[in-house]
Amino acid sequence: MKFGDRLFGTLAKSFAWLTLILLAGIILALVYASWPSIQAFGIGFLFSDAWNPPMEDFGGLIPIYGTLVTSVIALLIAVPVSFGIALFLTEMAPAWLRRPLGTAIELLAAIPSIVYGMWGLLVFAPIFAKYIQPGLQSSIGHVPVIGKLFAGAPLGIGLLAAGIILAIMIIPYIASVMRDVFEVTPPMLKESAYGVGCTTWEVMWGVVLPYTKTGVIGGVMLGLGRALGETMAVTFVIGNTNFLDSASLFAPGNSITSALANEFAEADPGLHTAALMELGLILFMITLVVLVVSKLLLNRLAKGEGTKS
Amino acid sequence: MNLLARRKLTNQVALTLSLSAMAFGLFWLAWILWTVLELGISGLSLTLFTEMTPPPGADVGGLANAIAGSLIMVVLATLLGTPIGILAGVYLAEYGRNHWLGSTTRFINDLLLSAPSIVIGLFVYAVVVAQTGKFSAWSGVLALALIVLPVVVRTTENMLQLIPNTLREAAFALGAPKSVVISKVTLRAARAGVLTGVLLAVARIAGETAPLLFTALSNQFWSLNLNEPMANLPVTIFKFAMSPFTNWQELAWAGVFLITMGVLVLNIIARVFLRAEKVN
Repeated sequence: MKFGDRLFGTLAKSFAWLTLILLAGIILALVYASWPSIQAFGIGFLFSDAWNPPMEDFGGLIPIYGTLVTSVIALLIAVPVSFGIALFLTEMAPAWLRRPLGTAIELLAAIPSIVYGMWGLLVFAPIFAKYIQPGLQSSIGHVPVIGKLFAGAPLGIGLLAAGIILAIMIIPYIASVMRDVFEVTPPMLKESAYGVGCTTWEVMWGVVLPYTKTGVIGGVMLGLGRALGETMAVTFVIGNTNFLDSASLFAPGNSITSALANEFAEADPGLHTAALMELGLILFMITLVVLVVSKLLLNRLAKGEGTKS
Repeated sequence: MNLLARRKLTNQVALTLSLSAMAFGLFWLAWILWTVLELGISGLSLTLFTEMTPPPGADVGGLANAIAGSLIMVVLATLLGTPIGILAGVYLAEYGRNHWLGSTTRFINDLLLSAPSIVIGLFVYAVVVAQTGKFSAWSGVLALALIVLPVVVRTTENMLQLIPNTLREAAFALGAPKSVVISKVTLRAARAGVLTGVLLAVARIAGETAPLLFTALSNQFWSLNLNEPMANLPVTIFKFAMSPFTNWQELAWAGVFLITMGVLVLNIIARVFLRAEKVN
């Protein structure tokens, strides 16, 4: 009996260690596998736009640029929309509607990314190219500087389409964190504000948001982490090309994840594979930093919960 | 306009925008589900489940090998990842609550939960595929199991923390050793919640494509050999959807329909299950 008890405890503990070691293992394995590329290109890998498998000359600039641009577009769309959804779910919706509507938004997160990808390529992109992109061009396309972002042929697929689909995919993550943190605001704070005559919007903007801002930023960072690492949806719609000669968001591009998804299985075992591995390592490091920040902010809010009110 | 009118107007505009944000979210859900239903159902037929994936140019074919391969790999990955995840979750909730190992593992596990799944694929490629020299279903199973793990750890820990301490104390007072208290009392009380976590993990890996691209790869033929590449739905959909052949695209839509319905049903079951448990 005593032996069994010890065994159980040791087993549980060792599996906890396993989870811990897994993270270190992933980093070590990626560093080891990308070592030839790290040695060959050094820090210049980050700033070179070369991608030439026959000449064995590789640089990560274009995929890194694609990953960052599509994620920023996704955040620009998803953050205000998620805030609206969280506001609606916590302050406006009648109680009986809150749960079904909240579940519906969460189901957006349950749909596998390959479904978003296929829908994005075959259904969304043609409509986007035919109606939305010409509309953007004829309205804000003539504004100086910003207009350049919307230049070029409306192909449907490209950086902008990828960013929009990423936005749809991360809305449920950001919205549900926002809703959860809005709900921890002490009712007394809100009632006091309502009591002195504030409108719903003023309570939200002036009381709830300042009280929960660390949590809200944490939720946004969580969404960003998801957007950076999303693979299949982006691979379908980003256009997969390593040429980049304009600032236009209509242009097709490449992201770290789409480069990996398209090339890795067929890559030559030498420097090509190592360069792709290095891209994966860069992606993992960026995501880890974003997620650590997100986690620390959310933990801080959870700790303050009991003391502040 | 006086101040009051302006404040009221601001409020009205903000609330209208909030309502339209909600509509915006629901609009995409409805559009995507509608597309999947419309194009997926028309592709459904009996041959989908009996015929193998067709070679280029052939006009008959199904997804039998891909469906079987996906089922096998998802089941094995769940069997591999679940017990490890439950025990690690038990450690976090029952042993290491105030220990540095507990809090560190909890933090790392949350990072793994949101880490890009394609990186898990790269990791398994580097440690298994590159070492053995070939793509195999086992490496796909391992990659999926590594995605199951953090999901199960998180839910198991959360559910165990909901169990009141009085229950543990009562069992200890009867002289039960810790392993018996956990396995016969606390885990049993948290059963439904833990199972929900497993269901959500299955739903998550059922549609995972990225980690399989460099591990299980795909296979045009029927194969049950876990040491060889194995066909699976997500990678087949990826390949077929990008192809110019219309019958391949139809098969891809049918596959998307199967996966989406499977995942949504699992999600809904998990939610219903959890709610029923909370009421008790």
